[in-house]
Amino acid sequence: MAKTYQAGVKDYRETYWMPDYTPKDTDILACFKITPQPGVPREEAAAAVAAESSTGTWTTVWTDLLTDLDYYKGRAYAIEDVPGDDECFYAFIAYPIDLFEEGSVVNVFTSLVGNVFGFKAIRALRLEDVRFPIAYVMTCNGPPHGIQVERDKLNKYGRALLGCTIKPKLGLSAKNYGRAVYECLRGGLDLTKDDENVNSQPFMRWRNRFEFVMDAIHKAERETGERKGHYLNVTAPTPDEMFKRAEFAKELGAPIIMHDYLTGGFCANTGLAQWCRDNGLLLHIHRAMHAVLDRHPRHGIHFRVLTKALRLSGGDHLHSGTVVGKLEGDRDATLGWIDLMRDSYIKEDRTRGIFFDQDWGSMPGIFPVASGGIHVWHMPALVTIFGDDACLQFGGGTLGHPWGNAAGAAANRVALEACVEDRNRNGAEGLEKRGGDVLRAAAKSSPELATAMETWKEIKFEFDVVDKLDVAHK
Amino acid sequence: MTEMQDYASRLSDPASRKFETFSYLPELSQDAIRSQVQYICDKGWNPAIEHVEPENAFDHYWYMWKLPMFGETDVDRILAEAEACHKANPNHHVRLIGYDNYAQSQGTAMVIFRGPIKV
Repeated sequence: MAKTYQAGVKDYRETYWMPDYTPKDTDILACFKITPQPGVPREEAAAAVAAESSTGTWTTVWTDLLTDLDYYKGRAYAIEDVPGDDECFYAFIAYPIDLFEEGSVVNVFTSLVGNVFGFKAIRALRLEDVRFPIAYVMTCNGPPHGIQVERDKLNKYGRALLGCTIKPKLGLSAKNYGRAVYECLRGGLDLTKDDENVNSQPFMRWRNRFEFVMDAIHKAERETGERKGHYLNVTAPTPDEMFKRAEFAKELGAPIIMHDYLTGGFCANTGLAQWCRDNGLLLHIHRAMHAVLDRHPRHGIHFRVLTKALRLSGGDHLHSGTVVGKLEGDRDATLGWIDLMRDSYIKEDRTRGIFFDQDWGSMPGIFPVASGGIHVWHMPALVTIFGDDACLQFGGGTLGHPWGNAAGAAANRVALEACVEDRNRNGAEGLEKRGGDVLRAAAKSSPELATAMETWKEIKFEFDVVDKLDVAHK
Repeated sequence: MTEMQDYASRLSDPASRKFETFSYLPELSQDAIRSQVQYICDKGWNPAIEHVEPENAFDHYWYMWKLPMFGETDVDRILAEAEACHKANPNHHVRLIGYDNYAQSQGTAMVIFRGPIKV
């Protein structure tokens, strides 16, 4: 029968629900958690999401017939129950790779999390996971340097990196701020960090901050004989301004700069990552706004997807949560996205919320950054959970030491090295149990550590997490 | 709570110089060093020995002691090489490295003999 144009509205499932479809190796696959409006069948809701995130619109149009829509359309190919939540279901959708511009995280996300999220037929929608085919991964530049190159540049081996965010996050003058940096670095931290809120405010313009911080780094390096860095935040109102600040950091010899990839945006981030590759600076990535997107269990974008987006867009560090500190994070789910940052091949593992095999090929790995409410007593757990390829950031846990930043830094460094020494000798298993004894023994030769342990012995953060993995309730 | 202490680190005091992993702990005992060598072997890494004058410890490249001991898993042989390097260069830092040829990086590196630091 000849194709003729018929105006009107068709059920989405006639076109976009294809339960017999076998996804191709080159397809981009997505898993959405859909909460449909009452009365909307699952297949129709899944097909609607496939349509609205690919080729479809609400009515047929005559120009549909000028192309081969069956080739370009997204296909809803499977539906599954959500363990523990009967009102939602998972829909799996395959998109042909031709729908997306090469190397553009921007373009992928404009489609996958665009208009479809406001679609009336669904009450809520969450993008749980995305499988990026190696064919697409290879079109992205990814991290400017990656874990191995950063270790070589900074000469840090066999242990996690130690960092600290400078506080108070707002209000310090550039020179006083540089003082706080210097004290941390001379005490034994490897890296310090601009708070994400620090850009270029009236009390501390960016150029002054960069100059004083570099002075602090140089002096701490001469004093300790170790390589040091500070994440100079180049997040700015415009891309031009961002690159101007990055260029000045390079001119001063800064080893690492920093960007906020969600508030700054994927376009700016991808451009900056390429610039860092070209200019030899490491790139630390902050994730302000992530909890707006990823915390609600039924709506938004899961952080494992934001993690993959950043690895494609580019960054050498990304905040991951700590599991043990003050901020939200389910332990198994966190372990899942830590693997997505660091490993080259991650297998589907529903117990950690990973819905697809993900092959990164030769794309470099990212250092997960554990930051937020952690102190020396957490060190055995952090070494166990994160291993060596991580950056552990103690903000209050350094600056809040009764004797000041340098003593706080030294306490953290001694605690880390003592835990690593014990782990290498006695194995990672049981380190969390042995941890108290390991720290007490190390504190005998470090009054800084002894005082830190005394200060924070009672502080714990034991609240139930809001966004848990989906597990059966019956 | 103990009384506040000064953090005694000075440009003018050579003892303030550190040398990365484990340099904030007291010098490792022979027994502790043996455990670290065993750890490198258990990881499947290739042990190597390097040394340098303490005043040049900031440099990326130290002097290699012979070649890395590819595939060597005999802890005593590795310790003997480290000892030989130390005897030949008593005033140098001697560091033990575990080369991870899959990560194409050093799995770990630590100074196991500390030379007297003068600058």
